Formats: sequence, C-alpha cells, structure tokens
Amino acid sequence: MTILLIAEHDGTVLKDATAKALSAALRIGGDVEVLVAGHGVAAIAAQAAHLAGVSKVLVADAAHLAHGLAEPLAALIVSLAAGRSAIVAPATASAKNVLPRVAALLDVMQISEISAVVGPDTFERPIYAGNAVQVVRSKDPIKVVTVRTAAFPAAPQGGAAAIENVAATADPALSRFVGEELSVSDRPELTSAKAIISGGRALQSRENFTTYIEPVADKLGAAIGASRAAVDAGYAPNDWQVGQTGKVVAPELYLAVGISGAIQHLAGMKDSKVIVAINKDEEAPIFQVADYGLVADLFVALPELAAKLGEAGK
Amino acid sequence: MKILVPVKRVVDYNVKIRVKPDGSGVDLANVKMSMNPFDEIAVEEAIRLKEKGVATEIVVVSIGPAQAAETLRTALAMGADRGLLVKVEGAVEPLAVAKILKGVVEAEKPGLVILGKQAIDDDCAQTGQMLAALTGYAQGTFASKIAVEGETLAVTREVDGGLQSVVLTLPAIVTTDLRLNEPRYASLPNIMKAKKKPIAESVAADWGVDPAPRLEVLTTREPPVRKAGVKVASVADLVSKLKNEAGVI
Ligand SMILES: Cc1cc2nc3c(=O)[nH]c(=O)nc-3n(C[C@H](O)[C@H](O)[C@H](O)COP(=O)(O)OP(=O)(O)OC[C@H]3O[C@@H](n4cnc5c(N)ncnc54)[C@H](O)[C@@H]3O)c2cc1C
Ligand SMILES: Nc1ncnc2c1ncn2[C@@H]1O[C@H](COP(=O)(O)O)[C@@H](O)[C@H]1O
Repeated sequence: MTILLIAEHDGTVLKDATAKALSAALRIGGDVEVLVAGHGVAAIAAQAAHLAGVSKVLVADAAHLAHGLAEPLAALIVSLAAGRSAIVAPATASAKNVLPRVAALLDVMQISEISAVVGPDTFERPIYAGNAVQVVRSKDPIKVVTVRTAAFPAAPQGGAAAIENVAATADPALSRFVGEELSVSDRPELTSAKAIISGGRALQSRENFTTYIEPVADKLGAAIGASRAAVDAGYAPNDWQVGQTGKVVAPELYLAVGISGAIQHLAGMKDSKVIVAINKDEEAPIFQVADYGLVADLFVALPELAAKLGEAGK
Repeated sequence: MKILVPVKRVVDYNVKIRVKPDGSGVDLANVKMSMNPFDEIAVEEAIRLKEKGVATEIVVVSIGPAQAAETLRTALAMGADRGLLVKVEGAVEPLAVAKILKGVVEAEKPGLVILGKQAIDDDCAQTGQMLAALTGYAQGTFASKIAVEGETLAVTREVDGGLQSVVLTLPAIVTTDLRLNEPRYASLPNIMKAKKKPIAESVAADWGVDPAPRLEVLTTREPPVRKAGVKVASVADLVSKLKNEAGVI
C-alpha cells in the first residue's frame, strides 16, 4: 500500500509545503510516492526526489496540466489512485481546489486540514475556526487528506528517489486558464516565514503598510500579513490574509499591529511560537493570546521599533 | 438561466462555541444560528445576476434539520424565489450533501450553482468541488469576481500568490470567497413577502442518498489554550524582551 503525495509547485520551484505534507504522509505510514504534475516540470521532479523519505517521483507532463486546473488534475490523480492507501496534499489553495474533486470521484470523504496524524486512519483536525479539535477515523478504503502545513515540520533533504514518467490523462476541457496576477516580492512567503508582521484596519491605507509595516519587516526579514478588514479595505492584497479563511501560519515570531484579535484572525496565527501585539486599546482581545503586548499608537511605535531593531543589529 | 444556491445553517460567526466537557462534541444548545456567511455572499451574487437580467430564477436549498427552513427564509427575504428543504437529522458530511445536491441539479437543471467556499462550522471547504465532480461540471472555487459571457463564465479566483482568471463552460459550479460582494440586509417588506414564497420539503432518501457519515468522530476537545503574557512598557522594553527572553530576534 502506497501513499500518493501531490506536490505543490509554481511551475518553477517545489514549494516548502510539499516537504511539510511529506512529514504527515510519512507518519501515516507506507511508501510515499510524489506526483509532480505540470508542464516542463523536470527540475521540480528532481527537487522532489531529493526529499528524504520519498520512495518514487511520478511526473505527468502536459500542456493542459500547466496551471493546475482542477478538472484535468483531478482526472489524473484518480487515474493513479488504484491500490493506494492514501492521497495526501498540503492544504494550499491549489490542493483545496482539486482534492475534494478527487475524493468525490473516488466516493470517499476528504479529511480536511489535518493538524496531527493519530494513526493510519485516524487524524486530528480543527473545526469552528480552531475553537475545537476533532479526532476522526475514516472508514473509507482510500484516505484523502489535506495537511495543515503549519502543524508539521518540513521533511529534510537527503533522498535520492527514482523519477518515473506517467501518462497524462486526457483534458476534459471544461475550463480554460486565462491569466494570473501574482504578487512578486523578495520577502519570504507567509506560510514558510520565520517571522511575520501583520497589519489590521488601523493601518488606514496601503501607503501606511509601506511606510510603517515594511521597514520593520525589512529589519526582521519578515513576511507581511494582514487582517481581513485590511484586505477588504484594499490596504493589502488578498493573499496576505491570515485567518480562518486566509492563510494559517505558525512562525517563530508573529507581530500583530492594529489588529483587534477576532476569532477568525486568531484561527490563523494562534499557534505561532511568540506573539506580539501592538494596539492602542488595552482591552483588545489580541492581548489575550499575546506573549508580549504593547499598548501604543502604532504610528508612533512602529518607527521607533524599526529604529531600535536597527540598533539591535537586526 | 436558473441559479441554484445551497445554504447551510451554522452557528453564528460571532458566537464563541464551547466544547462539551465529555468530549462528545460542541454545545449547540441555545446557540444563535445563522446562514453560513459565505452562503450569504452566494445568495447576494445570484440576486445581482438576476438584477442584471442574467438570471431568471433563484432556487435556494438547505440540507439539515427542520430549522434550516429559517435559513431558507433568510435567503428568500434577501431575494431568492423559492426554497428546497432536504430534512436530515444530525451532522451531514460534504460528500452526502454533494450527492443530494447532484440530485437537485438533475431535477432543477440550473445553469449555475453558487456555493460558499467553506462552512464555518466544519471548515471542510469541500462541497462545491465534490458537486462539480459528481455532475461532471467545471468548477471555479474561491471566486472574487464572476461574469457570465454567453455560454461561459469568467471567474477570478483567490489563490495563494494572488489572483487567477479562468473561463468555465456552463453549466458550472462556483464557490464564493469573501471579496465577491457585500451581502445586503433584507428589508422589512421583503421579509414579509418571503413568508409567502414556497419551500418544498423532502428527505435524503427521496434523492436516493444515504447520509450516514463516513468519518467517525472519536472525540472533540478544546484546543490548547494560550495564556496571555505580559504587557511591556515601551518599544525598548519589547525589543529587549524579544532578544534576551524570547530569543526570537
Ligand atoms: C466568515 C468570516 C471569515 C473571516 N475570516 C477572517 C480571516 O481569515 N482573517 C481575519 O483577519 N478576519 C476574518 N474575518 C473578519 C473578522 O471577524 C474581523 O472582522 C477582522 O479580523 C477584523 O480586522 P481588524 O482586527 O484589522 O479590524 P478591527 O476589528 O477594526 O480592529 C482594529 C484594531 O486596531 C486598533 N487600532 C486602531 N487605531 C490604532 C492605532 N493608531 N494604533 C494601534 N492600534 C490601533 C483598534 O483598537 C482595534 O483593536 C472573518 C469574518 C467572517 C464573518
Ligand atoms: N447542509 C448543507 N446544506 C446546504 N448547503 C450546504 C450544506 N453543507 C454545505 N453546503 C454548501 O457547501 C459550502 C461548503 O461547505 P463545506 O464543504 O462543508 O465547507 C457551504 O458554504 C454551502 O454553500
């Protein structure tokens, strides 16, 4: 019985999320084969082969797989499902799009966003924005699982798995890729950053993110996040949203600035190692989860923080 | 074009739920229930398409206990035309919901089905994709913008790095993200009018579906609680604590 792990990549590099989901797959137990689907993905397959614990890399290379569209990708995964004990993927936007389609085609229930592996068929997963944790056992023959990457360490390098080509299934041609607008940034990605500074509604504008948040992020080498209120108001792009319905992160350091601490926001960051909150309202709920709270006006505190971090050699 | 919108009755998003001490689940007694917020967005989008003359009829469907009729009434008060209540007691999983919805799609033949991207109780984010699989339709998940263009639907999707644009063949399945629209409040006259709109009742068996869960919930427990730490007096104090005490900078 083998596990099929769906690689997360952007067409150029293998994402860290794959190595984290691999850790979860290895805990489920069994040989783990990684599927790299896309167009011109030989280099990505080589990166996957280097992950420790991978027994084989399967490569499906076809033009219609280039953008990870759900319909052709689901058809491909289903064609590779026979005899597997589990199909596993990191809970990224692309896997969340495709894996439930796979599960339904296999007539099984997906187990979404597991935060721990209890046994080969038993998993922990958060519900109600992380305000409760369920332990569930799947009775289905194939476990279809997405993995909350913030809950698992990345599997190390050191593997040398064989790479094998597999046939791409036909394109159902139900949907067509038109284009994408991806944010380009030199900063680390939110889901793999060691430090994150997030801004809320209190930032008041996109310019203020640049003027106040960025200098601190630069000093910390941090990724930048935002609350839903900041994203909805157009102060920050949608892919910065941290929370129940945004990204779930668990960095070493999470700095929440001008964020009240609604449960939907906490759902995305409360497993961070050290939480710092800067808020001018000392009653703000964010202080209930913060290791260090500073009651201050962010427009005064952040420039000072950037300066002090400079002095601290950071 | 007819639009089908599945709406789920869930614990209101403002409620801080409590886990039962015996691990048997979440305490739902006397808790405020509402329409899943993403489903309000789905209903709103359907109404906007009707106001633009693209949609001709909006059918809302809810699968759940008798009280899910209230959720349907909310959608009817916002502007949907009629409701379908499929009665099921106890928790229903996305796979069973998708199977029932497949039956509804075959009976109603909508040109478009708009669901929420995620129910805020189970946080599964599966049903729309599963329905797309079972019907063999195209899917546009996490939509922040949609537009009907002849026989196709243009969808802007929220993805991890930003936005992706796709074009789907209709009929298709869409799931809503937060930025698709801001749902309206129902006006008092519309709430009154909604009382007269029809809701047809059925049960899962009428759709040939066994709603028994595939996942066995062994226990439900509280997440580890995080204790509030300390307040620092100044930025200098904060930097020193992060450096010397927490060791994170
Ligand atoms: C279905 C659903 C899903 C959701 N998903 C998410 C999600 O994924 N992520 C998310 O974040 N939210 C989510 N939300 C929204 C959430 O409920 C809150 O509305 C949101 O997090 C509030 O954002 P905020 O803290 O920036 O704004 P506010 O709640 O308005 O807080 C602003 C804070 O800034 C402080 N402040 C103001 N001025 C200053 C200043 N000069 N200096 C310092 N502090 C200042 C105020 O004291 C206040 O605490 C969701 C809601 C729903 C219904
Ligand atoms: N019991 C239900 N009745 C009606 N619609 C539902 C039900 N469960 C899920 N849905 C729809 O599917 C979406 C995603 O739910 P889920 O997959 O459970 O996160 C919801 O936003 C609803 O649109």
